[in-house]
Amino acid sequence: MRGSAITLAAVLGGAALLAVLNLATGPASSVHVSSFVIGLTGKYLCYAILALAVDLVWGYAGILTLGHAAFFALGGYAMGMYLMREIGARGVYANARIPDFMVFLGWKELPWYWHGFSHFPVALIAAMVVPAILAGVFGWLAFRSRVSGVYLSIITQALTYALMLAFFRNEMGFGGNNGMTDFKDILGLPIGRDSTTVGLMLVTALVLAGAYVASRALVGSRYGKVLVAVRDAESRTRFLGYRPEHYKLVVWVFSAVLAGIAGALYVPQVGIINPSEFAPANSIEAVIWVAVGGRGTLSGAILGAVLVNLGKTWLTGALPEIWLFALGGLFIFVTLFLPRGLIGLLPRRRRAGPIAEESPAAASAAREATG
Amino acid sequence: MPGQAQGVSAVRHGAGRGRCPWPVLILLLLLALAPRAMAAGHPFADLGATNSDVVARGVRELAVSGNARAPAVIAALKAGKLFAWRWPVANAPLFIRTDAGFVDARTGAAVATAPMPVNLRAVIMSDSVRGAIETAAGVLDLHAASAAVREKAAEALFQAADPGSLKLIETALAAEKNGSVARVLREARAAALLKSANAPIPARLAAIDLLAARGDLPARNVLASLQGEPPVVATAAKAAITGINRQLQMWDLVEDLYYGISLGAVLLLAATGLAITFGVMGVINMAHGEMVMIGAYTTFVVQQAITAFAPALTQFGLLFAVPAAFVVAGVLGIVIERTMIRFLYGRPLETLLATWGLSLVLQQAVRSIFGPTNQDVSSPDWMSGFVKLGGLTLTVNRLWIILFAGLVLAALMAALRWGGLGRSIRAVTQNRRMAAAMGIRTPWIDALTFGLGSGIAGMAGVALSQIDNVSPNLGQNYIIDSFIVVVVGGVGNLWGTLFGALILGVVDKFVEPLTGAVLGKIVVLVFLILFIQRRPRGLFPLKGRAVEA
Repeated sequence: MRGSAITLAAVLGGAALLAVLNLATGPASSVHVSSFVIGLTGKYLCYAILALAVDLVWGYAGILTLGHAAFFALGGYAMGMYLMREIGARGVYANARIPDFMVFLGWKELPWYWHGFSHFPVALIAAMVVPAILAGVFGWLAFRSRVSGVYLSIITQALTYALMLAFFRNEMGFGGNNGMTDFKDILGLPIGRDSTTVGLMLVTALVLAGAYVASRALVGSRYGKVLVAVRDAESRTRFLGYRPEHYKLVVWVFSAVLAGIAGALYVPQVGIINPSEFAPANSIEAVIWVAVGGRGTLSGAILGAVLVNLGKTWLTGALPEIWLFALGGLFIFVTLFLPRGLIGLLPRRRRAGPIAEESPAAASAAREATG
Repeated sequence: MPGQAQGVSAVRHGAGRGRCPWPVLILLLLLALAPRAMAAGHPFADLGATNSDVVARGVRELAVSGNARAPAVIAALKAGKLFAWRWPVANAPLFIRTDAGFVDARTGAAVATAPMPVNLRAVIMSDSVRGAIETAAGVLDLHAASAAVREKAAEALFQAADPGSLKLIETALAAEKNGSVARVLREARAAALLKSANAPIPARLAAIDLLAARGDLPARNVLASLQGEPPVVATAAKAAITGINRQLQMWDLVEDLYYGISLGAVLLLAATGLAITFGVMGVINMAHGEMVMIGAYTTFVVQQAITAFAPALTQFGLLFAVPAAFVVAGVLGIVIERTMIRFLYGRPLETLLATWGLSLVLQQAVRSIFGPTNQDVSSPDWMSGFVKLGGLTLTVNRLWIILFAGLVLAALMAALRWGGLGRSIRAVTQNRRMAAAMGIRTPWIDALTFGLGSGIAGMAGVALSQIDNVSPNLGQNYIIDSFIVVVVGGVGNLWGTLFGALILGVVDKFVEPLTGAVLGKIVVLVFLILFIQRRPRGLFPLKGRAVEA
């Protein structure tokens, strides 16, 4: 439990420290942290929640998801809808009844699925329930018919790809190509003001801490042990009388909800949501965060998300040409040389659910099977 | 004659309460003379008229006249270089302005002393004149030496369906020897006849029959535009339209099928390589699309090299590009297998991630070398153009791609069945340890198999360079579809890949018009997700020991 304490302290302490340095010091001070950095930190913390979600299914249940961006973006859209309604009559067309982009499309009435989104709790619930329903249906279909491994990965990718195409359509009523932006305020607090930025970042840090504790409890429980068993030997677990599909479905839905929350927190901090959030590439990037940090370790997921995105921010600013080389190289390097991630470099201790070291015999057997 | 008197008074009234009757008289005289001049074969005189309808008639008459000067005069009119004498005199001269000076429009002889600009005015231009010029351009082509040009001109006349061109169609028809041109001319005559007000009913009915037999969209348009016909004709036209609609629907269906098959051939090309690396070896190669992309860029480089060093071979650049792309992508594949993939056997998820990273690196590398914009790969002449087949218009390059996809698949199947490498590949797939015991160097077979799959992807790139933009993102558009094809067809089965590609292509093309392109894609993806539920191992699953992968 020492590792968890360190992680929690790092997340909450770091966030609090940054907040204090932003609010309590003047811009002239040498230890001042600009609001830009606060905003970035908030973004990274959202990514860290997404990484936790990916790690739960990939690290602990062996489901390589290439479609978690779908849940993230759905959560984001739910929040975006609330923020659009908050604009009210302050839009370009000054139309209090429907958002600007609908006026632009010549719509007269609010579509039925937009009703209620002027209430924050509705948006918050939708940000969790919609991903949960999608994940539930998808997972139930997939796990029931024992679609697993690479096939599952490819259809998760197809899922997010299909959603991306759908959200690009104006007829969907989610702003089409441009998505939603120009948000004014959240819960009455103006977006873009320093105090709001700090507040959002602190809330994100708290949620991340909460998600971490919940995930920790989940994987540490008896349920988590069975899940790891499913990951390592699904058939054997089934023969012992467990129903692997139920175990997978629960963690899959929980993970989708986490991703949805991450998306909902992300949108007010970046100020825009559009269909490119559904891009399969985003999902795969989330997977590489987990791989870099250390698959199957919750703190590794958080560490990986923050580090890779720090690198991305720095590289895309300094050497934009290099970024894709670096990202691609990272994929190759980590899978070939760092299968246990950065956390794996730490001195070995007994951990709750480490990835089983692949024994030579198992490897050759797998190789034999796949030919 | 009360009517005439009325007409005169009306003209007089219109002439602005002129006390003097002379202008009116002159106008009447001109109007009376004009048809006579035309009948006398003086279309040139009409061109100088001040009434645009008369000018238009003059243009049409000139076109049918067979006058040797007609093309030059009409071209000059179109270019705004035809000038008439400003004053009404008998046989008023017409001039064409050239860079060197003025030319007599009737004879083509240069005019010695240039006329004073004040005496000239440009020939009237109006919509009706422009329309007549368009028709005339087609009519002039009716006398061209090439049958193809004549057919095109006849087709243009058909589409114009102008009653005014009836006479010239008759003239051309009488002289026409070529059967298919004559047929189009007859159709054009029928269309023009239907549009003219005074054709007798039996002739109209015959014309409708002819159009119904033609049975395409322009024919339907002509029929649909008929108005105020006698009931017999109207009923016949209606029946003909219904018949044409049915025919068109059938051709549409066949055309959709063709497009579906052609899309299927593209998918097949892209997926065949994947069927080897993923289907036979079980390696998830997310960089497969980039192998296709590299094949397309190889085509580009080969083409550049040929243009630079051997321009005579430009038409055959693609023939060199095919082996070049195979070798380039194949060698790259072998290098990738030796340096990366082989450490990841038995760990498909890690392979997926590593090859995804590789695809990013390859894309960015190509972007850094060639730039992010599309490269221009030209098609040789023998791959461009159309083939008409009944109501179908088939693009030649698509036909070649279908043929090429079939050839590649057949060659691959033959190689796997009878070739030495093919035999080793099958042996290693079926029983690795036994194959090794028999002296097959399995690691090298792995590398060569991966190289083979990548090389085929490269060849697919050559074909795709002909129909798609050659850009660093080329491969990304095909990777998901390729995986779908392999998964639908059943892993490790080339026949399955063939059927998967065709089914997917045809379904895509049939769903698309119903739902729109984007929604069509979504429908196909949802269909796939449900399909995997039912048939997790594809349409043609392997049976026996190889199943437990």
